[in-house]
Amino acid sequence: MKRIATWFLSTVTVVVLMFGYHTSTNSTLSATSQPAFVGSSSTSGSTSSTTKSNGGSTGNSNSNTSSTVTGDVAQTRWGPVQVELTVKAGSVTEVRVLQYPTGNSTDEQINSYALPVLIQETLDSQSANIDMVSGATVTSVGYQQSLQSALDQAGL
Amino acid sequence: MKTEVRRRVEHVMGLPVSVALRGRHADDGRADDAWAAVVADLRESDRVFSTYRPDSVISRMSRGELSDVPPEVAEVLAIGERARIASGGVFDVVRDGVLDPSGVVKGWAVERAAAALRDLEDTDFCLSAGGDMVVHVADPDRPDWRVGIEDATDPTRVRAVVPLRSGAVATSGLAHRGAHVVDARTGLAPTRLASVTVLGPDLTRADVEATTALAMDADAPTWLARRAGLAAYLQWADGRTQTLVGLPD
Repeated sequence: MKRIATWFLSTVTVVVLMFGYHTSTNSTLSATSQPAFVGSSSTSGSTSSTTKSNGGSTGNSNSNTSSTVTGDVAQTRWGPVQVELTVKAGSVTEVRVLQYPTGNSTDEQINSYALPVLIQETLDSQSANIDMVSGATVTSVGYQQSLQSALDQAGL
Repeated sequence: MKTEVRRRVEHVMGLPVSVALRGRHADDGRADDAWAAVVADLRESDRVFSTYRPDSVISRMSRGELSDVPPEVAEVLAIGERARIASGGVFDVVRDGVLDPSGVVKGWAVERAAAALRDLEDTDFCLSAGGDMVVHVADPDRPDWRVGIEDATDPTRVRAVVPLRSGAVATSGLAHRGAHVVDARTGLAPTRLASVTVLGPDLTRADVEATTALAMDADAPTWLARRAGLAAYLQWADGRTQTLVGLPD
């Protein structure tokens, strides 16, 4: 039961260890710089080479028909992925994942890579001396009044 | 003495995208090129995934007009589908019959776009899109990035500070946009939880987990306790805060 996590509740300052995933530490760094997608040519459809071809993948939007589109196997930074989408009467009825990266869910990729994190609660933003602000999504419209905007202007 | 920080801002996908750079290529031609690559990459993600554009790949797929699933779309949909299964349907990329992978796309797109910044030698970066960010410190002698976590009830204030050297920070809350996060099973927005900040090694995952946890509302601590490899900072509507840390035993 190594997935059982221990949790702390803190009010002031907590020093924590955070565990990352083993493969993502390495493969994210390397793989993201060159996303290597293979196994697909841009014009191929669901009936191409690899797996079963499901009927009706004609890609039309006739409101009476159900169309199922099966993608080619895509190589992602986590491994091979294949999905199938079903659209019926103009509505998406199903997304199926036919192939996941095998054998290592994200939980299982965790190893002892540790990242110390210190969360300090602060009541005085003026003295916090921060570089960036993480918050509920700021739209471009709301940006002008945001703390992040003030930070960005200070550094321009 | 504080290390000099150079900043740039661009608006992409309807979001302000900010970068802070320090170190060798903080403010030179390489920085210009890397920033241009980041922005171009995010614009490309927007062209493919925007639900606001009727001609995007996602919009066309949602109407059943495409007979192919491009690899990057397969990747995003697979991430969303895994999140749906893991969350018991709270997270879902299909809403009322419309394909809407927005809950996956932002974190995924920013994580991907950050690759151009990782290629800058001896350069630290903090890349944020609308408050979700990827962080990297290249030189062990330079200080941590200090990430402020916005006060959920007063966005002009910072509630906590996290010093970080690598990884990602994602916050989901209702402060700026109202009830845009709902439990996909019930359609209900959270009422007790005001904001969830998730810290993790990868923004793709941190963003999905933060959104899911917020939609879980009062069940968020229980949910996050099962998600190893992350830390979280919760702000409740009643003003309480809670720091949760996953520790594999």
